[in-house]
Amino acid sequence: MREKIMIVLAAAAALIITWVLYRILFIVPDEKDQGAVFRIIYFHVPSAMTAAACALAAFVSSILYLARRNLSYDAAAVAVTEGALLFGAVVLVTGMIWGRIIWGIWWTWDARLTSTLVSWLMYAGYLMLRRAVEEPTERARNSAVFSIFVFPGLYITWKSIEWWRTQHPGPVLSIRSGGGMAPGMESPIYINLLGLLCLAAVLAMLRYQQEQRRRELDSLRRTVHAM
Amino acid sequence: MDERNFTYLFYGFSAAWILVALYIVSLVLRERKIRSEIDTLRRMIEGAKE
Repeated sequence: MREKIMIVLAAAAALIITWVLYRILFIVPDEKDQGAVFRIIYFHVPSAMTAAACALAAFVSSILYLARRNLSYDAAAVAVTEGALLFGAVVLVTGMIWGRIIWGIWWTWDARLTSTLVSWLMYAGYLMLRRAVEEPTERARNSAVFSIFVFPGLYITWKSIEWWRTQHPGPVLSIRSGGGMAPGMESPIYINLLGLLCLAAVLAMLRYQQEQRRRELDSLRRTVHAM
Repeated sequence: MDERNFTYLFYGFSAAWILVALYIVSLVLRERKIRSEIDTLRRMIEGAKE
């Protein structure tokens, strides 16, 4: 059943992303100042939303682990945290490439960029913490507490373009009262978000299965040591 | 399409997909390693039982 769901999600992701790519390259109207590079927004923004959705899932899984002490929630938390890191890396890299053309610089220490990088590094720290703790329940508990501690930082990242005057553009999407884009230009962002969420779900399910097998491996190791 | 800066659009999209591809490769490699270790340990346990 799980494999069928994964195949359906992967097919949906492939279809949606291909269709959005076609729309981005051939149908979406031009932005008057930026040239073609403006179209990076169609991967940059949905990737940021997907990373945030993965981080939210990690936060919820971590709370559930602490409440129920079931290692399946820990496996789910690490699976979606890796998704958050992957899509966070896409956000940072595509943003830097856009910034190189539009601002003339690869990077600047403004509020949005810095808070995004700090959150990304914190989630990378989550994975490092997991590698540092051998005992599975202790690893799961420490990781869950760390993940819960890190998540509120994303609220600062989200609000940073409203709270501070930054180099990063302010809100442009109509859902954040931005109103900076024509309706025909905005819709591919949400459609691509759906495609990337399907992709993230497939990757998280694969990683979750892998984490379950890693637990089986840990148990076999213990058996061998006891022999 | 306005083709100014098209090269950087290409870099942006390529970078995004390369990151996703690298992650998938890392998943496959980790999976292989785990399966191989599980097989080795199972053989060791079965060998010890015999």
